[in-house]
Amino acid sequence: MTILVWIEQNDGQAVSNCWELLAKARALGQELDTEVAALLIGSDVEEAAQQAFAYGAGRVLAATDSSLARFRLQPFVEIAEQAVERTGAVAFLANASIRGGVLAATVACRQNAGIAASATDLWVEDGKLVAARVIYSGNIRARIQFESHLAVASVRPRSFPMPEASERTGTVETLDATLNEDDIRQKITDFRAAEAGEISLTDAHIIVSGGRGVAADPQKGFELVGELAQTLGAALGASRAAVDAGYIPYKHQVGQTGKTVKPDLYVACGISGAIQHLAGMGNSKIIVAVNKDPNAPIFERAKYGIVDDLFTTVPALTAEFSKRLK
Amino acid sequence: MNIAVLIKQTPDTAELPKISVEEARSGELRATMVLNPWDEFAVEEAIDLSYRFGCKTTAVSMGRAGETDALKHALAMGVENALLVDEEVAGGGDEWAAADALAAAVTRVGEEGDVELVLTGKMSVDGNSGVIYAGVACKLGWDLLVNVTRIVDIADGKLIAEQAFEGGQETVEVPMPVVISVAKEINEPRYPSFMGIRKASRAAIPVLGSADIHVAASSTARWTDLEKPEVEQVQVRIIEGDSVEEKAARLADVLMAEKVI
Ligand SMILES: Cc1cc2nc3c(=O)[nH]c(=O)nc-3n(C[C@H](O)[C@H](O)[C@H](O)COP(=O)(O)OP(=O)(O)OC[C@H]3O[C@@H](n4cnc5c(N)ncnc54)[C@H](O)[C@@H]3O)c2cc1C
Ligand SMILES: Nc1ncnc2c1ncn2[C@@H]1O[C@H](COP(=O)(O)O)[C@@H](O)[C@H]1O
Repeated sequence: MTILVWIEQNDGQAVSNCWELLAKARALGQELDTEVAALLIGSDVEEAAQQAFAYGAGRVLAATDSSLARFRLQPFVEIAEQAVERTGAVAFLANASIRGGVLAATVACRQNAGIAASATDLWVEDGKLVAARVIYSGNIRARIQFESHLAVASVRPRSFPMPEASERTGTVETLDATLNEDDIRQKITDFRAAEAGEISLTDAHIIVSGGRGVAADPQKGFELVGELAQTLGAALGASRAAVDAGYIPYKHQVGQTGKTVKPDLYVACGISGAIQHLAGMGNSKIIVAVNKDPNAPIFERAKYGIVDDLFTTVPALTAEFSKRLK
Repeated sequence: MNIAVLIKQTPDTAELPKISVEEARSGELRATMVLNPWDEFAVEEAIDLSYRFGCKTTAVSMGRAGETDALKHALAMGVENALLVDEEVAGGGDEWAAADALAAAVTRVGEEGDVELVLTGKMSVDGNSGVIYAGVACKLGWDLLVNVTRIVDIADGKLIAEQAFEGGQETVEVPMPVVISVAKEINEPRYPSFMGIRKASRAAIPVLGSADIHVAASSTARWTDLEKPEVEQVQVRIIEGDSVEEKAARLADVLMAEKVI
């Protein structure tokens, strides 16, 4: 019996949210008295495989082949199923990234297993794994009870605390890549990595977002919001109104039809706090709002607020934090 | 080559917060129901591809008997045909039963000319799972691309698309038939035209029920203990000060004390 955790990686770099999940799996494994195994699939995963031991995996399985350099569903599913079988897994967990979500769903469907997609919590009840997830865009919470032998979940980033790495190392077990390149139907003909140094919204501990409140001078406004983000080491977010107006690209959008985020600190600058925006960031640990309207709905969710013009407040915050964080 | 676009009728997002546990449990929603916003992109793409490659388009939706507003919206936008799958087909089962029913419906559309491309949205605003397309691809035995931001070309039985993920963008080539879930970046959905709305309002929409489609029962997971997540009652503390500098300094003090910076 094993809890199997897929560790997503890009060019050998593990996606750090997977360590949160691995550490949680370890705690669940202790309660369930099952071992925890990490699964790595890629072309160069030795370093990430050793990290998996350091973050708590009892066993690490890796499939390494040049054909696995980039994620493709067909070979990845095949290997994941092989690992499920080899370890006699009772649970298969992945982070709820785009790839983790589709890998978990496909493995679940093929194994005729129950799935908790974008789960927000996992725990043990009567010796069985149970999950929580939200439906109706965060407005209803449900407990997911698995009725299948295998339980599958994709888990939202930052649902569990980031663990400390130990010094543990181990011997990685090899899984065979069963498909030749010729058997893999999907061909990746071009690849462009995201801009280096950009902090992703879903990983971020701090997010600074701008909204239509910058309308008086959108370019200046997002420059100021961006500077505050940079000073705080934060990711840059935006409301849909700001995206629709063309102030900033869609990939920055937070909310119902944008990204769901859960940072420790969310700073909303010139954002009114529409329900569709709250749907994406309402679970942030601390929300700070800068808005010149004291009646803006965002103040019903914010813990701290500044009622003032963002064009003067945001640069003052940047100046203050750069002094303190020196 | 024909296209099936899978669409769901879901509550208006502005009304989602009002949905009660009772309504969620019974499925008897009082909310205004609309075309799932994510599926508008799939519908738009289907229409666009029909112009580019001269293919037929059919919108397929599984829902309660008579739940045809989303399908009519798709017709009004310009999709050629619509098909309602009565949700009783899935027998109150799980995502895999739903996917099985939709996959079966896709093959029924195919009887009038092969469907080689299934387009779907990214997720439903009520189910929020983003798993149905994975299930449909699996049940059909087709390839799947997700978060597709552009369909570059369809030629020689192959489809070339761009897909985005957290770490970047890639161009991928895949043999047809294929299931594609589209991202928001792919297009700008059109508004239905007046003529389109008139035509759609008169359309008779065929329904597939359990007499037409057989789906193996599946209930691999149960949703229990539905509840409203308790929204933490926070009383906002407005940071006062004589100047923005003073306010900034005070806010910095409290955030450092909260240890979030
Ligand atoms: C189906 C659907 C999906 C949606 N999805 C999303 C989503 O994913 N994300 C999202 O954000 N929205 C989404 N929306 C839109 C949402 O309803 C709101 O329209 C949007 O969030 C408003 O953005 P905003 O707060 O920037 O703009 P506004 O509501 O216009 O608010 C601007 C705020 O800035 C303040 N302000 C103005 N000038 C200044 C200044 N100089 N200094 C300080 N404050 C100032 C104003 O007081 C106001 O509160 C969706 C809507 C629908 C119907
Ligand atoms: N009942 C349904 N009828 C038709 N399409 C659906 C249905 N449920 C989900 N889909 C499609 O699958 C996508 C993902 O839905 P979900 O897995 O519920 O988040 C949606 O965007 C739709 O395109």
